Amino acid sequence: MTATLEKPPVTEAPVKEPRDWRGPALFAVVAIIGLVVMPLVLEPFRLGLLAKYLTYAIVALGIGLAWGQGGMLTLGQGVFFGLGGYAMGMHLKLNDAGDGLPDFMVWSGVETLPALWEPFRNPVFAIAMVVIVPGAVAWLLGTLVFRQRVRGAYFAILTQALAAAMVILLVGQQGLTGGTNGLTNFFEVFGQDVAADSTQRGLYFTVAIVLGILFIAVWQLQRSRFGRLLLAVRDGEDRVRFLGYNPATVKTITFTLSAVMAGIAGALFVPIVGIISPALLGVVPSLELVVAVAVGGRFVLVGAVLGAVLMGYAKTYFSEELPDAWLYLQGALFILVIGLAPKGIVGIISSVRESVAGRKKEVAA
Amino acid sequence: MSYAFLRTAAAAGLVLVLAACGGEATESATGGDAASGSTIKVGLLHSLSGTMAISEVTVRDAELLAIEEINAAGGVLGKKLEPVVEDGASDWPTFAEKANKLISQDKVATVFGGWTSASRKAMLPVFERHKALLWYPVQYEGLESSPYIFYTGATTNQQIIPGLDYLKEQGKTKIFLVGSDYVFPRTANKIIKAYAAANGMTVLGEEYTPLGHTEYSTLTNKVVQAKPDAVFNTLNGDSNVAFFKQLKSAGVTAESMPVLSVSVAEEEVTGIGIDNIVGHPVAWNYYQTTENAANSKFVAAFKAKYGAAKVTSDPMEAGYNAVYLWAEAAKKAGTVEVEAVKKASGGIALERPEGLVTIDGETQHMYKTARIGIIQPDGLIKEVWNSGEPIKPDPYLKTYPWAGSLAS
Repeated sequence: MTATLEKPPVTEAPVKEPRDWRGPALFAVVAIIGLVVMPLVLEPFRLGLLAKYLTYAIVALGIGLAWGQGGMLTLGQGVFFGLGGYAMGMHLKLNDAGDGLPDFMVWSGVETLPALWEPFRNPVFAIAMVVIVPGAVAWLLGTLVFRQRVRGAYFAILTQALAAAMVILLVGQQGLTGGTNGLTNFFEVFGQDVAADSTQRGLYFTVAIVLGILFIAVWQLQRSRFGRLLLAVRDGEDRVRFLGYNPATVKTITFTLSAVMAGIAGALFVPIVGIISPALLGVVPSLELVVAVAVGGRFVLVGAVLGAVLMGYAKTYFSEELPDAWLYLQGALFILVIGLAPKGIVGIISSVRESVAGRKKEVAA
Repeated sequence: MSYAFLRTAAAAGLVLVLAACGGEATESATGGDAASGSTIKVGLLHSLSGTMAISEVTVRDAELLAIEEINAAGGVLGKKLEPVVEDGASDWPTFAEKANKLISQDKVATVFGGWTSASRKAMLPVFERHKALLWYPVQYEGLESSPYIFYTGATTNQQIIPGLDYLKEQGKTKIFLVGSDYVFPRTANKIIKAYAAANGMTVLGEEYTPLGHTEYSTLTNKVVQAKPDAVFNTLNGDSNVAFFKQLKSAGVTAESMPVLSVSVAEEEVTGIGIDNIVGHPVAWNYYQTTENAANSKFVAAFKAKYGAAKVTSDPMEAGYNAVYLWAEAAKKAGTVEVEAVKKASGGIALERPEGLVTIDGETQHMYKTARIGIIQPDGLIKEVWNSGEPIKPDPYLKTYPWAGSLAS
């Protein structure tokens, strides 16, 4: 990791050991705010929205890992989000339907439950699929693509095409997937009334804790040997190859992990928001998440999470205050942040810190 | 140095803006009950951005006009109506989120909103769980009757079946089905096939294209080669533009092969191009040209408020009606409380621009007159056939023996 690389800065490099306590302290503060303060302060509707932003943050964490750390610009995370979401949605629909058929099958003219659906009655199977299906798809795609050394813009376009294709597939199979409507109108989630405030509160804690755990896991991964190898692949893939590593394997593993995170986020999203539809996993939502990561700051994991929560919040806030013009404001926010601070909000914060530190030094001198 | 300063300043500004946002949002969270103040809050939830905005904004405008008129006449129960407008953004989960916001945060008395079936399906659980009211203003595919939704547009037996009756009357027995790939066209075509089987008509083909599709040469070839007497068109939005252009260039005319559309109204005709669609039939319950006193007043008021070039269409009129019907039910109930309004609504009959509209208390759909019209060279639609009297809504088609297998 020498100075010959001029592009992305190597942040949080594991060189400065004395700073180590700050991260955990900040994490603890955020955890207290998230798990104690927010549930006390926010009313159920707002807490539900925050839970939704946190599911986006889980996807963003995966994008931060794949893009920020691994240099893989993935514009199709919605696909994995959707796979996880549909796996969960199918289970909830079957659970509600009991012996009958899910409501949309009735009005789509399906008379017997498709074989694909049957195993999703089992909650353990459904939850396993939330992880396995997105992971397997990403693994397969990664194996095929990274071995062929497809990267950069080509990889980005490929993932975006995947998102577009996925939407067409889901919309076309109305009897199997609910078409454009998607899956909605859930009553129960694991025996709890899905609309009850207590259930929604429980879901909020679940999402917050899952996000916390995944954050620590990715943080550790980033600090490990694998994490350094990943950075090396991002900054000089050919050099890594000449050193005897296989960059394709490193990238495939990372891409798969980010897909699994998106899948978990999708599964949590479904009972919280109460719907999963093709509109949630197409090109636009996939791009929105990448934009959120860019706004937050893609080179630091905190940036990805912060970006997702902030952009989610900004979308809600602007659209509630100015329903006619909110899209322009959201766009302006994006242009402002990226134009003034290519490293995102986290970049701004660290440059503020640096300039303050710089001034102190000047004064001291 | 100055650049660094600029960046720091911008960062500080951004943080301040965001902080301000945070403060205000929690403030607005404490809203009173719908009717507790001097006004009654009602929600308007349509797509103001995204692909559906072009259609839904017109419905929102018609609803705002109704609210303005009702307020000018003294409001409801002595209180003025206060519209709270939200953007569904052509995105179904957003509709669910905003519906939730209108109910839990703004505590609105009722919501008028939606256009696509997908948006209604997404909002339905929110209204049912919160026991709140939604007035949905667009013709749809039927097979639904939520206790917390009032459907002021047509169900299938008030639009599609009369459309088929008309084609049959005209001696068009061989038909071809063309539709966008989503729930309304697919369900509509299921009904059409059942009707055709029972009425000695033949369906020569059934084709779907994705929403927003604009390449119709292959499909047009298929249609032309099948040589149907008529085409039943359930395409939505932009696709109609490409489809009708392609048909025209293939030499199809309204005389040789009429295309009956159920999603093309006054608003869409200009977009498609009058030349491309003139002479073709459409099926609705209302046209700008429908003749009665209520309609002259509606058309004049709409043009006065939004501009002389504006047209009025069926979904706009259904949205406009929804506000009046709800206000009438609230007056009858003496309160805006949901269960009381629901109970009072049954049997309410009002002279509306489309003619007499009566709320069917059982299904919460409306009695509506079906009207077939022909698109004129001036872009308006002239009625050539109507059902004579308002048709009782039958969302599950229970009274049609041939439809037995559809609803189950």
